[in-house]
Amino acid sequence: MQMEIKNENGASVAMISGEIDHHNAKELRTQLDRYIISSKPPELVIDLGNITFMDSSGIGLIMGRCRLMQECGGRLIVHSPQPYIKRVLKLSGIERIVSIV
Amino acid sequence: MEIINEIKFTMPSLSVNESTARAVVSSFLIQADPTVEELSDIRTAVSEAVTNCIVHGYRHKKGNIELTVRLLPERIAYIRIKDKGCGIKDIKQAMEPLFTTAPEEERSGLGFSVMESFMDKLSVRSIPEKGTIITMRKKLSSHGE
Repeated sequence: MQMEIKNENGASVAMISGEIDHHNAKELRTQLDRYIISSKPPELVIDLGNITFMDSSGIGLIMGRCRLMQECGGRLIVHSPQPYIKRVLKLSGIERIVSIV
Repeated sequence: MEIINEIKFTMPSLSVNESTARAVVSSFLIQADPTVEELSDIRTAVSEAVTNCIVHGYRHKKGNIELTVRLLPERIAYIRIKDKGCGIKDIKQAMEPLFTTAPEEERSGLGFSVMESFMDKLSVRSIPEKGTIITMRKKLSSHGE
């Protein structure tokens, strides 16, 4: 699992690649929270286009970052989930609180 | 139960072994030539079950997780995941969507929901302070279906 956060056209984009499970969600959570708290971006895009596996640990990760972004006055967007990951997202009902594009 | 092929694998309850379990299941089931979607479903269900053992079953101690994968007649993939952890006091409650006893770890409480949705059959047997056995089955499509 790897993550790179960059600014694209004024938006912060977290590009994550590899697998998201309980084991590596903790590291992602630490890195993302550090960035959100220090940079307070108005919009954070989590790009899942290069994710090859995600279980419900990824749902917990997204929900937690969504809450933190709201507390910091911003919003979270989930971008480019693969069809298989969309099934996990849909099962959770997370699209009711997070924009998925 | 007629078994065409079987593998048994024991691993310590380390979170790094969540991906190990997925890899073992994938490697074994590839002989049945499952579809990409079927294999993804099974890998996800296994990941949820093994994570439950680590996060909940062995929350306050370490122990072993026993993974059994079988290929049964009529292209049935059978998975059994067993731990000797703290067990589940109320299985019905544990299986309710969004129920979790580990919110501080941002557990979404969707583990059993994912297992139920992605597999055809799910069975949970548990004895408090003794452990839990999760059994799952999924019928693999035939070639050309």
